[in-house]
Amino acid sequence: MRAYVLSRLGQTALVVFLSLTAVFAMVRLSGDPVLLFMPMDIQAKDVNEFRQRLGFNDPLPVQYGRFLAGAVRGDFGESLRYKQDALGLVLERLPATLLLAGASLLLTVGIALPLGVLSAVRRNSLLDHVGTVATVLGQATPGFWLGLMLIFVFSVKLRWLPTGGTGSLAHLAMPAVVLAAFFAARIARLTRSAVLDALGEDYVLTARAKGLGEGRVVGKHTLRNSAIPIVTLAGLEAGQLLGGAVITETIFAWPGLGRLTVQALLNRDFPVVLAAVFLVSVMYTLINLLVDLLYGWLDPRVRLR
Amino acid sequence: MKKWLGIGLTAAAFAAALLAPWLAPHDPLAADFAQGLRPPGTPGHPLGTDQLGRDLLARVLYGARLALFIGACTVLITAVVGGFLGLVAGFVERWPSTVLMRIADVQLSFPFILLAMTINAIVGLGLRNIILSLSAAGWVVYARVVRGEVLSVKQRDYVQAAAALGTGRARLLFRHVLPNVAPSIIVVASLQFSSFIVAEAAISFLGFGIQPPTPAWGSMLSESRDFLYFAWWLAAFPGAALALTALGVNLLGDWLRDTLDPKLRV
Repeated sequence: MRAYVLSRLGQTALVVFLSLTAVFAMVRLSGDPVLLFMPMDIQAKDVNEFRQRLGFNDPLPVQYGRFLAGAVRGDFGESLRYKQDALGLVLERLPATLLLAGASLLLTVGIALPLGVLSAVRRNSLLDHVGTVATVLGQATPGFWLGLMLIFVFSVKLRWLPTGGTGSLAHLAMPAVVLAAFFAARIARLTRSAVLDALGEDYVLTARAKGLGEGRVVGKHTLRNSAIPIVTLAGLEAGQLLGGAVITETIFAWPGLGRLTVQALLNRDFPVVLAAVFLVSVMYTLINLLVDLLYGWLDPRVRLR
Repeated sequence: MKKWLGIGLTAAAFAAALLAPWLAPHDPLAADFAQGLRPPGTPGHPLGTDQLGRDLLARVLYGARLALFIGACTVLITAVVGGFLGLVAGFVERWPSTVLMRIADVQLSFPFILLAMTINAIVGLGLRNIILSLSAAGWVVYARVVRGEVLSVKQRDYVQAAAALGTGRARLLFRHVLPNVAPSIIVVASLQFSSFIVAEAAISFLGFGIQPPTPAWGSMLSESRDFLYFAWWLAAFPGAALALTALGVNLLGDWLRDTLDPKLRV
């Protein structure tokens, strides 16, 4: 078990290293990095000075070595816009994104799981049909459009909720719903089919035959066995949740990691972009490690090695 | 029901895209300031006009053109490239397979939208670059699925028999293995199609894709934000067109999966 966790952490380091290398290569191979780093209306004299100061006159391998040496120590340079440590800036915005992601996850689990289970148990009931339509629509509706429509209804027409910003539960409501919608639709669909699969198994028949109440049959025998595909999807989607946060945070002016990344990309603030890439890939691979560890706990038949 | 709704919506989107020049009542780029921000139902402008007086119906129809063109190109490129790499990786195993799957892992450790957007921010904006960035971000799914399928198909008796008869590797791969993994490629392609369309709209929405004044749904939605307080239709219609197209293609993909390859998990 310990060996497994250690080797997975090693793999995480490898994945992070490779994604940083890929972004470094893309930034460097796409032309003169100095011009990429600079505003459009820069003078030639300033460009040269800047080039010298940031070490772009050195050979590429030297620059790469210096970049990696910095990255290992968590030093991605200074943000060109905020004149502040890039990683520090990114970490500063992380709690807001985690709050948003956590709220959406809560909404997802609170709505999608019960909906999926009930749809499966009461197959072909009205609830099942309504649920199916809702999940299909939820999957097809782009988050940024849903966001705009919610703003129109709840902020412009009804004046119940603020259009954006942060500070209270009212600020959190719409972004969390928008971020949760797609995710919840997928989880609800998968939960339904996973529970349906499990309900057809022999052990459920046995449990019913020995006179167990339906609540325990579903709650204990079925749910635990349908948990694996659900947890797998949740882990895979966690990364896409971070991608969704990019859009949601931009619409609702939510001061998180996603909005910072979009702004950094628009401003060509590449130290911040690299720091954000670093943090996102670390978080994502760690989430997947957690998911794999969860398997062992959910299903003792799974042996991790 | 699912099948017909899917086919109907997808066909409608394709018809709108193909027939846009004939269906559109106006030029999508022609501004008419005297007719700015007219609500839906205005004579001559069934869906109303935008801030520059451009006809919204025309812009939504031409938007379908762009969305489906980008979606189709991307699906084609990713299916061919990803499919080929997956075939080779699954067939050869050994080191190409390992390398490819490591690359796939790295790429999947990163949100799809963020990756495509980063590529666009670096290599530049515009139609060609957004197709390239979506393709670069999207091929992994095919490579993974196809490799998995090939690993199982090549163990089957008919492939083993053909190999025992002395069939060459290329012939074995393209005549015996490929036809049996083709259904998975088609299913993945149909499911990817809608996510590419939505991703393109999202990237254009954030300002890294198709730029105004070109009528792309994403950039139209982005522009509509400034007018949300008094012109709801500017946000409602392009978004609805996008959602309905995505819905139609999703339903079609689900149906294709149920018919062609019910066990496939994507």
